[in-house]
Amino acid sequence: MSAEANVQTRMLTVSASPHIRSDESIARIMWTVNATLAPAALFSVYRFGMPALTTMVLCIVVAVATEYLIQRWRDKPVTINDGSAFLTGLLLAMNIPATLPWYMPVFGTVAAIAVAKHTMGGLGYNIFNPALIGRAVLLASWPVAMTTWPEMASKVDGVTSATPLGILKMQGYEKLVAVFGDKAEMYKSLFIGTRSGSMGETSALLLIAGGLFLIYRGYINWQVPVIMIGTVGALTAVFGQDPIMHMMSGGLILGAFYMATDMVTIPITVKGQMVFAAGAGALTVLIRLLGGYPEGVCYAILLMNCVTPLIDLWIKPAKFGARR
Amino acid sequence: MNYWSIFKKGIFEMNPIFRLALSLCPALAVTSTVFNALGMGLSVLAVITANNIVVSLVKNYVNPKVRVPVFITIIATIVTLIILILEAYFPAVYKELGLYLELIVVFAIILARAEVFAMKNDVLPSAVDGLGMGAGFALAMVFIAVIREVLGTGMILGGTSLAIQIFPQAYDGPMIMILAPGAFLVIGLMIGMFNLIAEYQNKQAALKAKTACQQLAVQRGEAG
Repeated sequence: MSAEANVQTRMLTVSASPHIRSDESIARIMWTVNATLAPAALFSVYRFGMPALTTMVLCIVVAVATEYLIQRWRDKPVTINDGSAFLTGLLLAMNIPATLPWYMPVFGTVAAIAVAKHTMGGLGYNIFNPALIGRAVLLASWPVAMTTWPEMASKVDGVTSATPLGILKMQGYEKLVAVFGDKAEMYKSLFIGTRSGSMGETSALLLIAGGLFLIYRGYINWQVPVIMIGTVGALTAVFGQDPIMHMMSGGLILGAFYMATDMVTIPITVKGQMVFAAGAGALTVLIRLLGGYPEGVCYAILLMNCVTPLIDLWIKPAKFGARR
Repeated sequence: MNYWSIFKKGIFEMNPIFRLALSLCPALAVTSTVFNALGMGLSVLAVITANNIVVSLVKNYVNPKVRVPVFITIIATIVTLIILILEAYFPAVYKELGLYLELIVVFAIILARAEVFAMKNDVLPSAVDGLGMGAGFALAMVFIAVIREVLGTGMILGGTSLAIQIFPQAYDGPMIMILAPGAFLVIGLMIGMFNLIAEYQNKQAALKAKTACQQLAVQRGEAG
């Protein structure tokens, strides 16, 4: 905070009045986002046991350390206290299975912070969501380990080995329902989080709760998650799939609330963000139904990150006082 | 310009891949193993040198308006020769590189050196330029391939009788390094590194010039 306050006092902004003043800062927003992720993170530690905790801590420590070293090396102000590297580490941990050997999360986190974030110029300049780049790099590097999910540690009945979407892709919908017992049981399990998957794709309930708090604080626009999840639901319904199952499974809820709303990598205007969310939802459905992977949220958001500058070019806010 | 500096500039100062960013296609496509990179690097070294020699020999007889088709024809002829030689004497290399050998015809760096250097210089400097540029290209290719192969598989020259295990057998490397994205990552980071080195050298040179100036001023001051 001290470094930041310093910057604020030194900056002389010369612009026409009226001026809006706000207490918000990068650090405050980032730490709030971290805090809203905490319940879901703790739940996955409860679900998957110690490996989840160690992987999470490892990702966060490596992310912060990488950021520190790079900023020291490049003679830039060290901003590890603003929580953004912490958030990248946490989000990456939420995106991977809990039982990866230690070197995989380390490699992914270094790729996320060093390549995706700092080769672009650091926070605010990165084109792609760093945590998702980390996941994409890991998925390309160790495809088998990245798609082997751990068994649940606690005693609650859980689906082991394959994720619901994996079962859907390989064995079909009937088999998926049969695994859970019946449809109602499946929905309940998906909603509460008693199923296998990456650390952050398990509990829809806690992720939605965290996301709602962010919307309440105004850090993210409600249009983004609603449109992204809604697009997935609508399109899967059109193609004769089970929309409720699709909306609650995989990384969709985590992606829609926490990754498709990353302030740096999405369009500036709300309209642009709505286009972004719809595109990400459509691409997710495309990958899930027709692609080779069972889940496509990660690639869908990364692909939409690519076209963000284009969306910003096309959708511009009307100038104050300008006539349409 | 002496021959050594002509040769040397292709290695670092104007390295085809890291400084000029020309011919990135082979640097992406055939650097997944050191063996392939070496085969491709040496083939290009041969083609670029031969082409520079032939172009500088015929430069006075070629109408500038049709020089590019003429250059391409010369390059294609040389590449065909190289392919036939490889197929006859080094079938292993030929089999591995396959179609990429034919693509040497359109490598930007070869046409670029013909246009920029061989067109304006005599035979001997042109040959040295070709050797330097080819060596710089081959070194860059091997450099990228060593990083990719060692990180990706834990060994160098894997699949040949010369295979050297760098990391223990149990090494479980990131597969991305031997896939196309790994090539992009390595080349990007390497170009960044070379830019850093060049920046540092420029700074040092500027500093040297400055201190030299100051010394001169001091000497003059003392003299005056």
